Amino acid sequence: MNPIAWLGELGRAVLNLMAAFGRVALFALDALSHIFRPPFYPREFGMALLNIGWLSLPVVGLTTIFTGGALALQIYAGGARFNAEAVVPQIVAIGMVRELGPVMVGLMIAARVTSSIAAEIATMKVTEQIDALVTLSTHPMKYLTAPRVLAALITVPVLVAVGDIIGIAGGYAVATQNLGFNPAAYLKNTVDFLEPLDILSSLVKGAAFGMIAAIMGCYFGMHSGRGAQGVGRATKGSVEAAAVLILAANFVLTGVFFSL
Amino acid sequence: MIRMENVHKAFGDNHVLQGMNLEIPKGTSMVIIGGSGTGKSVALKCILGLIKPDGGKIFVDGQDAETGDRDAFLARFGMLFQGGALFDSLPVWQNVAFRLLRGSLKRPTDEAREIAIEKLRRVGLRAKVADLFPSELSGGMQKRVGLARAIAAEPEIIFFDEPTTGLDPIMSGVINDLIREIVTEMGATAMTITHDMSSVRAIADNVAMLHGGVIQWTGPVGQMDASGDPYVEQFISGSAEGPIEAVR
Repeated sequence: MNPIAWLGELGRAVLNLMAAFGRVALFALDALSHIFRPPFYPREFGMALLNIGWLSLPVVGLTTIFTGGALALQIYAGGARFNAEAVVPQIVAIGMVRELGPVMVGLMIAARVTSSIAAEIATMKVTEQIDALVTLSTHPMKYLTAPRVLAALITVPVLVAVGDIIGIAGGYAVATQNLGFNPAAYLKNTVDFLEPLDILSSLVKGAAFGMIAAIMGCYFGMHSGRGAQGVGRATKGSVEAAAVLILAANFVLTGVFFSL
Repeated sequence: MIRMENVHKAFGDNHVLQGMNLEIPKGTSMVIIGGSGTGKSVALKCILGLIKPDGGKIFVDGQDAETGDRDAFLARFGMLFQGGALFDSLPVWQNVAFRLLRGSLKRPTDEAREIAIEKLRRVGLRAKVADLFPSELSGGMQKRVGLARAIAAEPEIIFFDEPTTGLDPIMSGVINDLIREIVTEMGATAMTITHDMSSVRAIADNVAMLHGGVIQWTGPVGQMDASGDPYVEQFISGSAEGPIEAVR
């Protein structure tokens, strides 16, 4: 391929990417604006709270308890190389609350919630249920998107807080049962070391990741292609986009909170 | 009255509607026939605003379909979708009473449920069906529930998109008779799109043949067999020979 043609292809790809970002950004703004504008659909909001929040608790709990336990083992083993085994409680706490808790919960929500939202809405689109909503004088953004985005904004920070606590508990269990740490000292070190900013950053990340997960699910669902293949592509695309955006947002938010 | 004036719609290079003109007088039943992919559903969705036409105008009782209060406009319509388009997450009665449970037509829940059960009876379904979910129903029952939903808010205009597709001949006959009865009883304006000639004869006051993005022929159903139009004649006979290409 000659260099001019190659540059042309690259330019087209960049323009397409920018256009996609623009479309997602406009969709996100539209979705957020519908949260504040009536009519509201409390039943759909309640169902979304249940699906996104309550029913995600088992997977969040299991993911974070194993992550916390593994983190304690890693820090103990790594710290032993320079006689710093004693920092396990502090590093587990800071690692879970600042980083691993929000990221693991965010990725689990992307896998569990984003995929299910995208598949559900895409199926509704393919089977003309979205057209049916419109003919029944119901705005799909208000009925389908706004309740899910609001529910994710509220519940994911709570899930992150729960995940942080369970992750620290996993580290505590491993450290006190396998690594010989004193339980009371472990807890005291954990509590003393954490600062309000650590917890705030965790909750803000949770809200941002929840919003990303829900918006990506809704966006890909609403823009699904036809047939089973369209639903499959929408589901796959939503999870990929949500996971990448969550990790990118994590990087940006970490910079904002801790590099200032 | 519904009037389409020189309506155009293209999807990329595929020019589906190329200046469609059609008039449906108030209180009459118009059936649009035509081969697959000729734009029948697109025409119907253009009237409802689900698809924006590239050109032309659509008027409903003299009012431009693109202007005015959208909710009030849509409140005048009921629609039976080809696959039913029932909401899987809601029981049958909430599907039927969807419009009566929210928005400007909202009623108390008990009243909405009563209306839903009455409409289900009207389409030949027992009250016990009300609490089932759409996935628990057969195809014919789903069509009937879709029909009950279309008429629940007593609309002035009802659209039927391929109402008998996927049904056996007996169930097709039942649905056709129900549509004819309901349209006559409610005095509604109806627009049906179908390939099924038995539906055309059962439902239509007037018939329009859509081909090549324009209406090729329109007239009363009684004149359809003697229309003299080669497109209509080929469509009725189902012959591969004629102006409509069999391979598209």
